[in-house]
Amino acid sequence: MTPGIRPPHLRWAAIALVALGGTVGVAAREVLTLIVPTLGALPLAIAIVNLFGAFLLGLLYEALTRADPTRSTARSLRLLLGTGFCGGFTTYSALAVDTALLLGDGELATAAAYALGTVVLGACATWGGIAIGHAIATRMPQTSAQQGATS
Amino acid sequence: MTPLLFALLALAGGVGAAARFVLDGAIRTRLRTAFPWATTVINVSGSLVLGVLTGLTAVHLLPEQLGVILGAGFLGGYTTFSTASYETVQLIRQGRYGASLLSGLLMLALCVAAAALGLWIGSSV
Repeated sequence: MTPGIRPPHLRWAAIALVALGGTVGVAAREVLTLIVPTLGALPLAIAIVNLFGAFLLGLLYEALTRADPTRSTARSLRLLLGTGFCGGFTTYSALAVDTALLLGDGELATAAAYALGTVVLGACATWGGIAIGHAIATRMPQTSAQQGATS
Repeated sequence: MTPLLFALLALAGGVGAAARFVLDGAIRTRLRTAFPWATTVINVSGSLVLGVLTGLTAVHLLPEQLGVILGAGFLGGYTTFSTASYETVQLIRQGRYGASLLSGLLMLALCVAAAALGLWIGSSV
């Protein structure tokens, strides 16, 4: 690390990008929880949010890394859309508390299916996102090279 | 839900995401390991506090609207599932299957235990 240059997590511009993305991500999650009904005792909206967010983050990180990891635009997009939007959109605390509530109600099978299902399917969704992000980034080598040269 | 409550919830989420980013960076600069400890600390602490808030709301010691702003808003933005999932998959891609399985299952177990403890604390205050 270069002396005198602050790490990203202590730079106000980076923190502001994360906060902005996080605000939009949390708003989007709330909209989905308001319109998607629960499936019996299962919090369906949170499951959808977490799986979709996991897919999106995998796609985004892979596409940005492959496109051109050194560009400051890629770093900013990572903070705004990855750490901010996807991080705020998805939530672990709701997953944990809803699982604990299901366990407390004696719904052991539903709790296990919900919690383990989210984690396992989430990993599959991330993997799928990475694969698609990889395919997108490698199909556009010309575009990213041109952008890199002109910026 | 009123537009004001929605706006406050979203803004609290932005603050939560920023808090996660700063804490994550602070832990990472001190603890340079491949295992996602930073995300684990963030998600476990967030699950504990959401448990407390949910317990307090259930016994009417916390106004429901404040509980929603702090819970779904701040703590929802603070904790993250997508990063946890990404870090687990990265460990698999590096061939570290044991660490990957441990990170995925240990985080889940710790977060659910923290949430249960929080619910118990919140509802028995």
